[in-house]
Amino acid sequence: MRTKWLAAWLLLCIASVANAQLTIEITQGNDSPTPIAIVPFSWSESEALAVNIPAVIGADLHRSGVFSIIDKKDMLSLPTSSDAVFFRDWRAIGSEYVLVGRIAKILGPQAIQIEYELMDVQSQQKILTGTLTGSSNKLRDLAHAVADDVYEKVTGIEGAFATKVVYVSAVQANDKNFTYRLMLSDADGFGEQIVFESKEPIMSPSWSPDGKQVAYVSFETRKAAIYVHTLATGQRDRLTNFPGINGAPTWSPDGTKMAMVLSKGTNPDIYVMDLATKRLTRLVSHFAIDTEPAWTSDGKAVVFTSDRGGKPQIYKVTLADNWVERLTFEGDYNARARMLPDDRGMIMIHARNGSYHVALQMFDTGRIYSLSKTNLDESPTIAPNGMMLMYATQYKKKGILAAVSIDGSVRYRLPSTSSDVREPAWSPFLD
Amino acid sequence: MTVLKSVKSTAGIALTALILAGCSSTSTTDSDDTMVDTTPVKVQPLTPVEVDGDDAFVIGTVLYFDFDKSELRADVRGSLDERAEALQSKSGVLRLEGHADERGTREYNMALGERRAKAVANYLSSQGVPASQIETVSYGEEKPAMLGGGSDAMAKNRRVEIIYSE
Repeated sequence: MRTKWLAAWLLLCIASVANAQLTIEITQGNDSPTPIAIVPFSWSESEALAVNIPAVIGADLHRSGVFSIIDKKDMLSLPTSSDAVFFRDWRAIGSEYVLVGRIAKILGPQAIQIEYELMDVQSQQKILTGTLTGSSNKLRDLAHAVADDVYEKVTGIEGAFATKVVYVSAVQANDKNFTYRLMLSDADGFGEQIVFESKEPIMSPSWSPDGKQVAYVSFETRKAAIYVHTLATGQRDRLTNFPGINGAPTWSPDGTKMAMVLSKGTNPDIYVMDLATKRLTRLVSHFAIDTEPAWTSDGKAVVFTSDRGGKPQIYKVTLADNWVERLTFEGDYNARARMLPDDRGMIMIHARNGSYHVALQMFDTGRIYSLSKTNLDESPTIAPNGMMLMYATQYKKKGILAAVSIDGSVRYRLPSTSSDVREPAWSPFLD
Repeated sequence: MTVLKSVKSTAGIALTALILAGCSSTSTTDSDDTMVDTTPVKVQPLTPVEVDGDDAFVIGTVLYFDFDKSELRADVRGSLDERAEALQSKSGVLRLEGHADERGTREYNMALGERRAKAVANYLSSQGVPASQIETVSYGEEKPAMLGGGSDAMAKNRRVEIIYSE
């Protein structure tokens, strides 16, 4: 049954967006997803819309692992408004929810309007009504917003489909040289565009909490420096250019500070820069490697990787008193932590016997859950709702992006057709 | 003009060193995914390359390191001694580029590459090369010398490239 949905969904996906750079392949599905029917929406005009909106909504919901999408050919009727929904038609095919909608062209710059209604088949109630407008070149954004609304209504958790991802791509130019690009795309990998391109490495992209800027490391001057890039205008500001490492920039949750790694001619330590005054404070100083800072969601502490104990392990430093505490004790390589949005746990790279996986460690039990099955996995980043994480891995000897749900039940790949991709950074919620 | 020329010859030296490094690879016994690689640190012999005709001076080379290690071994030191001595009559700059293999996280590898470059820099300083003639930079795992994974490629990527420019 599930295989059928999957096959149908994949066909739909390939057909609707054949020219996309990234195509999604689901490699593992949930055992008991909730069936939902997304009935084809009506459309007021005769010329076809550039985007199959119900297909994008279905793809989002399916990828979350929470839903299975009812195949159109199994639908007994194709209503476009709640008045025309006969619940017995949907009970008969085992659908628990039905989404119907209408798309229309309207006057003004926001030329497209979508009205949608979600029905709960069990209770025979309409549980959601929504109207969204947007410009005709932002149809995918509209679809993601509808998916967010449906997801939140059913699960009680804010949807994160209308979010973005930045990542780094490297295209081999010749024997020894690459072209490095900072890329921006929707969270589903579509709509990718180049933010910045260089013949020298680009690394460690990180979002500002307002989603308007990205900080990253660029070697464009043949050494590392940290830059802040404003996405809307393309303006770039160099934030640091110290001797040695200028690395791993990460914004504090309130956006006023940036944690980073500077070696300043000695060994790498964690610093915090006040972005208004550009004043630097050294947070931890040790002769070992200290790197990969990440803020706790409350902004009161920074977790980081250090090999002060001999092997890379994760530590936490509290800003108020500079108290350092070790967080990981299992495995011989734990690095590059990112906190869950509720600070109840962290995701990281966890290695055992030479195999590098994405893992989740919960703080209450101290238990570590391995979330990826491939080797050489890197750079996990978590969706702002905490439900899905994306990471870099190798597939067919190429760097690709993959994603897995926080419970490990669903995973999918976003393979690139053209280049090595890595270091995804999931945006915050955007409006 | 001079700058352009010396940059060009720098690239030539680095490339030659890389090619030689590739040729003289001694295969190691480590299997894939072994955490501790027992590859001995190797140093390439001085590579006599014509730079600018009359004043041919070559110091470019590639030094290799063990997994997650930055220590220089005795054989490497011997070879570095020769370079340190040759450098004392020169005014050019040695750029030490530290690299790591692709295992482990990128920023940690950046630190590891820097540690390797610094280990070489410190040794050269101890042999009398003025600090003003040495610069270090780490590229971590961002500029692999050899692609494709596997223990051979990874051994080639854990390196410090020494690049001399007038």
